[in-house]
Amino acid sequence: MSGKRGIAFKLAALILAAVSIIFLAIFGYNYLYSRKLIIKYVEENAKNLAGRTVNEIDTILSSVAKVSQNVAYIIENTQCSGDELKSMLHAVVKNNDEIYGATIAFEPYRFDPSVERYAPYFYKDSEGNLRFADLALENYSYLYWDWYQIPRELERTVWSEPYFDEGGGNIVMATCSVPFYRIEAGERRLCGIVTADISLLWLEKIIASIKIAQTGYGFVITRNGTFVVHPDKDLVMNETIFGRAEERNDKALRELGRKMISGKSGFVPFESLVTGKKCWMVYAPSKVNGWSVGVLFPQDELMADVTHLNRAVIIIGIAGFCFLFALIILIAHKITGPLRLLAGAAHIIATGNLESAIPSVKSRDEVGELAASFDHMKNSLQQYIKDLTETTAAKERIESELHIAHDIQMGILPKVFPPFPDVSEFDIYAILEPAREVGGDLFDFFFLDDDHLCFHVGDVSGKGVPASLFMAITKTLIKTKAVKGLTPDSILNQVNNDLSMDNPSLMFVTLFLAILDIRTGELAYCNGGHNPPYILRANGALEGVDTTHGMALGVMEDFVYQSKFLTLGKKDTLVLYTDGVTEAMDHALELFTEARLEEVLSASCDLKVKDLLSGLLEKIKEFSHGVEQTDDITMMAIRFHGA
Amino acid sequence: MARTCALMVAAVLWLLAVFPGWTLAGSLTKLSFIPQWVPQAQFAGYYAALEKGFYEKYGIDLEIIPGGPGRSPADLLERREADFASLWLSTGIQLRAGGLKVVNIAQILQRSALMLVAKKSRGIEQIVDINGRKVGLWGPVFQLQPRAFFQKYNLDVRIVHQSYSVNLFLRDGVDVASAMWYNEYHTILNCGINPDELTTFFYHEHGLNFPEDGLYVLEETYARHPELCRAFVRASLEGWRYAYAHPDEALRIVMRNLAKEHIPATRVHQRWMLDRMEDLSMPRDDGDAPLGILLAGDYYRVGWSLKESGLIEAIPEFTSFFRGHFQ
Repeated sequence: MSGKRGIAFKLAALILAAVSIIFLAIFGYNYLYSRKLIIKYVEENAKNLAGRTVNEIDTILSSVAKVSQNVAYIIENTQCSGDELKSMLHAVVKNNDEIYGATIAFEPYRFDPSVERYAPYFYKDSEGNLRFADLALENYSYLYWDWYQIPRELERTVWSEPYFDEGGGNIVMATCSVPFYRIEAGERRLCGIVTADISLLWLEKIIASIKIAQTGYGFVITRNGTFVVHPDKDLVMNETIFGRAEERNDKALRELGRKMISGKSGFVPFESLVTGKKCWMVYAPSKVNGWSVGVLFPQDELMADVTHLNRAVIIIGIAGFCFLFALIILIAHKITGPLRLLAGAAHIIATGNLESAIPSVKSRDEVGELAASFDHMKNSLQQYIKDLTETTAAKERIESELHIAHDIQMGILPKVFPPFPDVSEFDIYAILEPAREVGGDLFDFFFLDDDHLCFHVGDVSGKGVPASLFMAITKTLIKTKAVKGLTPDSILNQVNNDLSMDNPSLMFVTLFLAILDIRTGELAYCNGGHNPPYILRANGALEGVDTTHGMALGVMEDFVYQSKFLTLGKKDTLVLYTDGVTEAMDHALELFTEARLEEVLSASCDLKVKDLLSGLLEKIKEFSHGVEQTDDITMMAIRFHGA
Repeated sequence: MARTCALMVAAVLWLLAVFPGWTLAGSLTKLSFIPQWVPQAQFAGYYAALEKGFYEKYGIDLEIIPGGPGRSPADLLERREADFASLWLSTGIQLRAGGLKVVNIAQILQRSALMLVAKKSRGIEQIVDINGRKVGLWGPVFQLQPRAFFQKYNLDVRIVHQSYSVNLFLRDGVDVASAMWYNEYHTILNCGINPDELTTFFYHEHGLNFPEDGLYVLEETYARHPELCRAFVRASLEGWRYAYAHPDEALRIVMRNLAKEHIPATRVHQRWMLDRMEDLSMPRDDGDAPLGILLAGDYYRVGWSLKESGLIEAIPEFTSFFRGHFQ
């Protein structure tokens, strides 16, 4: 698929993919790291803020607790009359702005053995005027109220759960209760409880002053998990964090609430009860009354800067991406434009039009080099084709000349068989298959007189035109020298001398020449370095012809050749051949060899000479099986019939 | 057209005949009712009946006097300031035995919701662990079962008077606290203590089933207006059935009444309470016994306990005490 796309596309795809990966890596790292930094910063800030807030709250709570504890200390150590107690309470409420009410409540009969309950109470009404009330009234049994009972049972200072003050304008209050004791009869016995009521308006103010981003807020829950301060007024003094958890079926919130009321502090992810947004929440407990302060930090708002930064980074990234994309396309086109033109030109050239101009490329880069090389190639190709055309013309001329030469060469060889139709004493047949147009083999036969037939087969060294010229010379020489009465050796002596005399190219020819008396069958022969012929007897026996120890002609002037004699019986056949027969090669470069020749000949005694040679040639061709013929093949067969 | 008008007139006349209370507001009988406590889901049935017009349907123009601290239903009954009151069965028996002739016209709860609860972290996992501990108990009427329980299991405990809040228990001022299953128990859970951290003892599981809320009226009122009493019970039971069938609507009604009285309340708590009321008011073994029945067995169990603890001298006759069971 992508293999079919252009270089511009591949280049753009690869580079942009790589750039995208790099960009995403940078962006991801940047995002995660900046987020981590912000969280760390928020956590530090949050913990500081929670710590400060709790301290501020604890300072106020402690000061109130101190007042109650001081009063308790005084009562424990001095005997006070009712009026003294009242004036002390009056002073406490009057002089401490944060204290809205205070009482000293006695255990039954402990203030006065004749009075069951005694609990004077001073408080500020909604106008801020100091008022007095007697808590020991019939329908208000203070003994069983939390503010009395819990410190009584626990024997220590206790802060109450917050409550609505019903008299003083429905403000949220909390009471600090301190038990006091007296030693009576050597026994430390509980005498009563001193309380100080405080409004929690200041707590609301402290928490309300916490502003985190747009929607962050603070809240306070009591030891029961009740919301005392919370932006959602429906929750305040009405619901516990656990009720909220039950309503939302939120187990995590319940667990968080349990941690908060058990005095733990922490920094956790949290979903705002007001906005439903994801927040971080820090929480820390008051050391004085165990209430827990929580502050919510809305994640998205605190992350706004990071989000903004990331958005900018993404936009810059996308812009850069587009810019890079355009740039790559531009560069790629600049590179591939000339390439495409070159490809087009190459296509035209491929159709054979070498005249078409190569588009000019000005740049000196690789494409420029390619264009130059391409131009050079085109010119070379043009020159080459020109040369080739000329060479081909020359070759054609030579070939036609050779063809003519071939015809001439063949023309000088006997080619009509049977050559002597009215002669019955013998049959003769010969074949010459030149390896090329013209060859160096030769054969001939002619009558020296009525009874004597001269015939020969030869093979000039080398091949082609030089060999064919030498062959022509040799054949002509033989024809000229072979006259009636001469013996084969004298003919060869003369021919050898003539050939050797003026032989600058040091060519030579092997030659077997014989003269047959057609009446008697006597044969005189002389062999000048040629393959010895075979005699195929009428009975099928195959014999070699004795050597005459003659040398190839044209090698040594004045070499003396000698003749030998033999007699052919009736139906005996003399077979002559050149080395083209025995050295014919097959695909495996194996030679035809004398052995194969002899085998073929042995089986051919009954055939007519023409059929014998044709059959032999066929066997040779069968053997070489299409391998190009390397040497001329010449064969001649003479069968003697007798007079 | 004329025929349609005639049909409508006939229908209206029929309706007036069947529901005479609807004829004129003035013809409704003005009556009042006081539950033992604030208008929480413990009384959802009555508020639902009022809201849904069930009382009007039965010819009653009912005023529900909000209960609460310092307002005793028995006192209001005695002073004729309330016609009907919701009382505990034990209170009802005590009143009658003590001379105030009240009759039970419907026993709403069939099982006692009173229980003891303790923190496992304080080492209380079984009954014997209560021995020697500080146990928070409410007033006398709430002490019958605990005292019988302590006697039954031979427990020696230090009794601490328990107030309306559970803070004394939460702060470990007492080791064991009294709780109503439908109220304080859930309050404790919603103060962050998990159920598996608590050990609970339900009295009704220990042979001490003293069914609580029932509807009472003075015998003289009952003698004079038995039909009105029946109408009141029928409307009330219809209200309960409606509340159980439509808890969300019932809760809305309850929440509105609580808000009217400026009583802090949460929906989850009221929901818990309504669900528990349904559990407690449903008949137990009697199969399809109707809502509001008082079983003689339950009556005499409570009566004997009262007599044994010296709160009454003689157990009043059951048949003269229970005049309900009219559907």
